[in-house]
Amino acid sequence: MKAPHTVIGASLPHESARLHVSGRAHYTDDLPLPAGALHAAFGSAPLAHGRITAMDLAAVRAAPGVLKVLTAADIPGENNCGPVLHDDPILADGLVQYWGQPAFLVVATSHDAARRAARLAKFEFETLPALLTAEAAMAAESWVLPPVQVNRGDAVSALASARHRLQGAVDLGGQEHFYLEGQIAIATLRDDDTIHLNVSTQHPTEMQHMVAHALGWRAHQVSVECRRMGGGFGGKESQSSQISCAAALAAWHTKRPVKLRLDRDDDMTITGKRHDFHIEWDVGFDAEGQILGLALTLASRCGFSADLSGPINDRTIFHADNCYYLDAVAIRSLRCKTNTVSNTAFRGFGGPQGMFAIETIIDDIARHLGRDPLDVRRINFYGDSAGEQRNLTHYGMKVEDNIAPALVEQLARDCDYAARRLAIARFNAGSPVIKRGLALTPVKFGISFTATMYNQAGAQVAVYSDGTVLLTHGGTEMGQGLYTKIRQIVAHEFGLPVEDVRLSPTDTSRVPNTSATAASSGTDLNGKAAQAAAQAIRARLAAFIAARNAVAATEVVFAGGRVVAGTEDIAFAALAAQAYRARIQLWDAGFYSTPKIHYDPQTMMGRPFYYFAYGAACAEVALDTLTGESRVLRADILHDVGRSLNPAIDIGQIEGGFIQGMGWLTSEELWWKPDGRLMTHAPSTYKIPAVSDCPPVFNVKLFEGENVEDAIHKSKAVGEPPLMLGLSVFFALRDACAAATGGPVALSAPATPEALLRAIGGLETPAEAA
Amino acid sequence: MTARPIQFYFRGAVQTISGQPATRSVLQWLREDACATGTKEGCAEGDCGACTVVVGERDDTAPGGLRLAAVNACIQFLPTLDGKALFTVEDLAKGNELHPVQQAMVDCHGSQCGFCTPGFVMSLWADYETRPAAPTRDQTLSLLSGNLCRCTGYRPIIDAATAARAQPRIELDRAPVRAALDQLAALPALDYHCGDTHFTAPRTVAELAQTYAARPQARLLAGSTDIGLWVTKQMRALPDLVYLGAVAELRTVTREAQHLLIGAGVTLTEAFAALTDAQPAWQELAERFASMPIRNAGTLGGNIANGSPIGDSMPGLIALGASVVLQHGDTTCEIALEDLYLGYQKSALQPGEFVRAVRVPLGASAPTHFRTWKVSKRADQDISAVCAGIAVWVEDGLVQSARVAYGGMAATPSRARRCEAALKGQPWSADTVRSAMLALCADYMPLTDMRASSGYRSTTARNLLWRFWLETGGASVVPTRIAEVLA
Repeated sequence: MKAPHTVIGASLPHESARLHVSGRAHYTDDLPLPAGALHAAFGSAPLAHGRITAMDLAAVRAAPGVLKVLTAADIPGENNCGPVLHDDPILADGLVQYWGQPAFLVVATSHDAARRAARLAKFEFETLPALLTAEAAMAAESWVLPPVQVNRGDAVSALASARHRLQGAVDLGGQEHFYLEGQIAIATLRDDDTIHLNVSTQHPTEMQHMVAHALGWRAHQVSVECRRMGGGFGGKESQSSQISCAAALAAWHTKRPVKLRLDRDDDMTITGKRHDFHIEWDVGFDAEGQILGLALTLASRCGFSADLSGPINDRTIFHADNCYYLDAVAIRSLRCKTNTVSNTAFRGFGGPQGMFAIETIIDDIARHLGRDPLDVRRINFYGDSAGEQRNLTHYGMKVEDNIAPALVEQLARDCDYAARRLAIARFNAGSPVIKRGLALTPVKFGISFTATMYNQAGAQVAVYSDGTVLLTHGGTEMGQGLYTKIRQIVAHEFGLPVEDVRLSPTDTSRVPNTSATAASSGTDLNGKAAQAAAQAIRARLAAFIAARNAVAATEVVFAGGRVVAGTEDIAFAALAAQAYRARIQLWDAGFYSTPKIHYDPQTMMGRPFYYFAYGAACAEVALDTLTGESRVLRADILHDVGRSLNPAIDIGQIEGGFIQGMGWLTSEELWWKPDGRLMTHAPSTYKIPAVSDCPPVFNVKLFEGENVEDAIHKSKAVGEPPLMLGLSVFFALRDACAAATGGPVALSAPATPEALLRAIGGLETPAEAA
Repeated sequence: MTARPIQFYFRGAVQTISGQPATRSVLQWLREDACATGTKEGCAEGDCGACTVVVGERDDTAPGGLRLAAVNACIQFLPTLDGKALFTVEDLAKGNELHPVQQAMVDCHGSQCGFCTPGFVMSLWADYETRPAAPTRDQTLSLLSGNLCRCTGYRPIIDAATAARAQPRIELDRAPVRAALDQLAALPALDYHCGDTHFTAPRTVAELAQTYAARPQARLLAGSTDIGLWVTKQMRALPDLVYLGAVAELRTVTREAQHLLIGAGVTLTEAFAALTDAQPAWQELAERFASMPIRNAGTLGGNIANGSPIGDSMPGLIALGASVVLQHGDTTCEIALEDLYLGYQKSALQPGEFVRAVRVPLGASAPTHFRTWKVSKRADQDISAVCAGIAVWVEDGLVQSARVAYGGMAATPSRARRCEAALKGQPWSADTVRSAMLALCADYMPLTDMRASSGYRSTTARNLLWRFWLETGGASVVPTRIAEVLA
């Protein structure tokens, strides 16, 4: 018998909140180092593309505190940290493929000594031509992976016969993760040819395998542990492996513990970012703005290696519909190989770029027809699932729970969209300098790894004989509240207060073969696995107490720290002690694999997602037409998390995701010199949202409902979907631009002051206000 | 001077430090030597705030005789703590009982990954200790302007700033801290040697002048908000440092009828308070200038003497006709601020000469209209693409005089002479401003870099002049700034 939900759905604080605020939460850099520990730093090659003809490391070796300088030749195993293709060297071996690529590793007595020495190398190069942008790579047909084409219906005929037709192109910038805690790994050799690493990583298992390959070892010789990260956002999924491998290599060579912590500038130079895109389209539509045919080219700058660019660009294709039915569509996805850092996972994993494309198209259609963009969005929504009309995605998955229309209507009503639209028009008519803009954009995001095999998870739960619970699972904590939610799930199964349940750090030697904590899947997968383990133990305890009370095991109630079976009412701790003495197994492992999903990577057809998460945001902005500066005045959000496991944590994900998405599309600009050197490599030059960018009016609500699928306690994943709520800010800015120009808007992202001033035609001549 | 170790108050006792290079940062010392890892490194350049600590100084005008301010530990050199008190996130909770700002952060769900959290807590604590009432929303935005969070989107942290004030108040017992600092004040001025590094902190202007005249190769150090990065980012060796922060005379602001005299050691926080008090048009720039911890550490004299082409104080000061008092040995002289700058990172300062004070004209010589604005990608804590200072003196509808200066447009902050000429003697009218905007095109040839293109800088510089006209020329365009619709 199930206990009433007391812990599930409670707004409990983050399980480490008290540690965070008191400085007692240990991050990897805070761990005490064993005696004799050393510090490593990468030495970088200052060239976008070329062959190293000479690398003089004498000054590096002679620098104070330096014990060892390692190059590609010192790698006993495979010189690769690429997760899919083996095209990503740990240390450049003769060929430099982007400006700042690590070419050697310094091991020294201090962090400072290693960094200082790393700057003393002298290189000679044979310079090779460098492709720096997606467009340059398109022209050269330079790909990390072959182009992918997805067609549904006959887009060519649909375009030809459409009453209206528009073509356009837009550039969409990338995004630096800017996790506050930079990449870091500590490698410690143990006896019998084993090594243990503490890594700030979302993917301990991959670190384990990469380190094993680099050392020429097997997986069971390497263990990787992570208690918490100071933010990940996708940047520590595959990209922490270069740091892990280098630290392990240094430890193996010196036989001493080695810490490798990247300085912020190094981190931003040598780790990949969200893919920037060049997008081209040709769209046909009717007089109401309903899309009839679409040809879409989505070209991403992948950088010099494949990394996760394949699945990322696949997800861009899968999200080029957002909430809209695309009847006849032809999508060409180009994975451009450039001489820049290898771009990687970032919250949304390609999805946001696909949605940006379709939202731009919808906005253009609306402005072409002189209609409110929200009306054009509405008319293009997927049909409801009951009717069989307009509910099949272009990749063959049926949209079974289309709550987008209802959710959007509720938000439009709650935020007074229609009245504010009129008020803004009135304001703009009388305000030549400051223009306001408004946009309401929806989100539909597919939940599951598109690579089906990753949709599995494991957990281990131990009940000690004093009734306390310790558990661990394959997911990692990066601030998203995974540990908090898993703790709630397990506490609920035993009817215990959360204080009686602790989590031990995620460790590949405790739970093996884990998937990355990514794709928003952490709670869905690991929560179910932990629940299964807890239920197995609970079933044994229930059977034990049921037997002596002559009731069915299913009648036993675990609640409030007590267990009730018939007339017996006993403390959980007492029952645990009795069960131990009765030689009942009080620990167990749990496993989960997501049902229903399947997907053919060759045809790009199937059901890649277990379900969709939905949301919508309405943003109002002000634009200064003299400088292009802008601010968000108000944001209203309604977001679908199914039945929330923890509303406070879910709202935190929603608000944080919105602001991060807003930053991507506004102030966060990556800027390279013509020689391929990234110049925005620190917070002084790369501007994530600061505190005053938080909208002064910020209303965030959870949509009432539950997951139609059997996800953990009917909740929905929440990590990534809210990022795309930030699209509303970009389209509100586009709306403000339209108010300034009175015509069509060509606004690239990010919408920096300069981009906005350019979009309103204000860059060339003095503004003639008044 | 006699050499002695660094001494400061930390964790309830006086710490005595020697054997550390003079350029070792407070953060490195905390994390690597004191095993106090609560304070985090996020960027090592004073931009993210994860390393925020609170420094206490003797100040008889402050409650308990102790002035507290949040600063970035990552770019403060250890010897600058001499005679001061250092507080970190570990100082706040009493055992398991959290301080109200910590409890409020927990209650409001203000931490997610938690890495930035200690920095936010310290910024909140500095405010809690220095402002008796709960901060307004605008005050909260200002006090947290130097703390970046990548997870929460800030809303719960903004809430925590006020929620902390709803709990029973727990104040720092300042008496023992002040007593310890009084004892340290009795020590001789700091003259610190470690290896080949030398750090001297004179206590009087005369000592400073003498020391610097004798060691003209030394680097003068004030708030270290720029020089700190020379070490953490450029790995430069700074073997010889002379610190201005202990010279009380340089930390005074004198306001008289005809001028405001701001000592070179006055922090940006204090300097902007004085400037805004005299000329409210400084308000917006003062809020957007760097961040709270940078303004608390950095000095106006340092911003001026550093002479960066994107220093944000200079355009406004030049427009107002400010001058700088320079001193070498016993000799002082005074020159127009714009004349301090000869070229990119080249100033008129002679070896051994230093900026002693800035003089800003007030009263009868103040302009009829004055504005100073910066333009950047992000509203807070960003480096300007363009910064403008514009002043006009109008009499009977004619422009008697105009001083227009920009940052970000040339190798130094500089006056737009052609633009000024186009204004002078003309009726104060839209047509005059339009011709001045055209003239401005010939004044500068700005660069393109990661902050903005040349074309953007030129256009925006012109448009700011237009906004100046809209706001001061009697045209009835409202609003002219986003700030007006944000309220």
